[in-house]
Amino acid sequence: MAEKPVYSLFMKNLRAGKFVYTGEAEPHKTTDISDLIESFKALKGYVIAINVTDNPTAYAYISSLVASYLIQRETGIEAIYQVTCRDRNRLAITSDLLGAYALGIRNVLALTGDHPCVGDNPQAKPVFDLDSTTLLYLIRRMVDEGVDLAGNKIEHPPKFHVGIAANPNADPIEPELLKIERKVSLGAEFIQTQCIYDIEVAKAFLKEAERWKIPVLIGITPFKSVGMMKYMIQYVPGIKVPKEIQERIIEAKKRGGKEAVYEENIEIFTEMIKELKRTTRLAGCHMMAVGFEWIVPKIIERVEGGRPSYIEAL
Amino acid sequence: MIITEPKPEEEIKGYLEGFNKIFIIGCGSCATKCETGGEEQVKAMAETLRSWGKEVTGWAVPEECCDYRFLRRDVIRPHKETLEAADAVLVMACGSGVQAVAEVTGKLVVPALNTVFIGVTERLRNFHERCRACGDCLLFYTGGICPVARCAKGLLNGPCGGQANGKCEATQWQTDCAWVLIYERLKEQGRLDLFLKPRLPKDWSAWSKPRERVWR
Ligand code: SF4
Ligand code: SF4
Repeated sequence: MAEKPVYSLFMKNLRAGKFVYTGEAEPHKTTDISDLIESFKALKGYVIAINVTDNPTAYAYISSLVASYLIQRETGIEAIYQVTCRDRNRLAITSDLLGAYALGIRNVLALTGDHPCVGDNPQAKPVFDLDSTTLLYLIRRMVDEGVDLAGNKIEHPPKFHVGIAANPNADPIEPELLKIERKVSLGAEFIQTQCIYDIEVAKAFLKEAERWKIPVLIGITPFKSVGMMKYMIQYVPGIKVPKEIQERIIEAKKRGGKEAVYEENIEIFTEMIKELKRTTRLAGCHMMAVGFEWIVPKIIERVEGGRPSYIEAL
Repeated sequence: MIITEPKPEEEIKGYLEGFNKIFIIGCGSCATKCETGGEEQVKAMAETLRSWGKEVTGWAVPEECCDYRFLRRDVIRPHKETLEAADAVLVMACGSGVQAVAEVTGKLVVPALNTVFIGVTERLRNFHERCRACGDCLLFYTGGICPVARCAKGLLNGPCGGQANGKCEATQWQTDCAWVLIYERLKEQGRLDLFLKPRLPKDWSAWSKPRERVWR
């Protein structure tokens, strides 16, 4: 079989079996993202790509397409352009994808998107003309067949690698697994998961994922503070934080305040990632440390004993 | 059935400002079953209008308010004069009913209800949405549970990441996730092959234009 074409460094490293790290940038309601760009410059060499969120939790922020382009251009790190189906119909998404390719974007994460009612403009009319599965199908048709959803021919069709999200914390988990299977059958190329704290949940999910034969990056979200941990446990449904981790974070806070909490985080996630690297076929980690990105290289250094050895050219 | 609910009295009062002679039309079908436009509610509305100083020239509850034929038989013929005498007609029926009254009587109409959804009646005053009239019914593939109407995002390939313990993010996890219901139903029926099959993008052209059907 001919080798599958590679369009991005992110995919090149995954295909080569490198253990990869991705970051997550959340641009806000602003016209200036230079601070965000600055904080990601320090991640060069540590993360192979940066996900750029598309109006997360249905808050109306600067366009993820524009932010993806700026971040990729200014940091020299590839963007993983997140596209949701909440705000745009198939016409708008098709145009944005064509534009994204023209701007040099090569990785896309296809998402459904949170319902507008959880966001900052709850009066908005939800679109959802497509969902994450049909969006994936649209991208596959654009890339593989050079046509849009209606079959209209595209001049110079785009070439993207397209990934999907997964929620290993979902309860019940079976419909979530079957949904992923649907998307894999349509041609999803990688999976990035929601954050996981329970290593057993991660292991069980990675075991299931073996049959899909596409790389899985698990989501890592360090705790910025004890308050943030408590908030996540209380308000983010499905998040399971093992007692032991909770106690370690609380202990650290008592022992040495903020600094000790950061250090404990680095320890906890280093142990977790090392253990998963040793015992599973994990392909990488998606590091979501929104607002304290500087912690990401510290965790990576401790796991890898230095910078990861990525392939740096296509 | 079409589910309706009363508009706030203040809103109706505002619409009726400047009109003194009012004719009221209810509906003997859905709005009667919803207790929003039956004879009892029409009479109560007449009292309210009088308390606002209006003159109620007459009222009628046709068998179905959305059917021109019943409007002619039950409203126009028996109430010709009192209807003509009115400055405005207050309609206690669904949106189709209000429009049918406007078309058949040529009078100025004022809606008294909000039309909320097409749904089922579980018991008295207990209604649940079931269909969005999408024009291309998928129910065979989804175990008889409509994702267009019952999934908050109308997804064809759920459940989404907002599902937790079988509940939906869009209602703060208060209502069932339609896609978990679909999963459970299809599993029970041994039809998870249907669940696993990706549904391709829906053809919304069957839905997104004014529709009519004239059969010959
Ligand atoms: S699939 Fe369409 S026609 Fe069928 S119940 Fe749902 S909205 Fe109604
Ligand atoms: S939680 Fe279930 S019902 Fe709610 S939007 Fe997601 S898939 Fe639809």
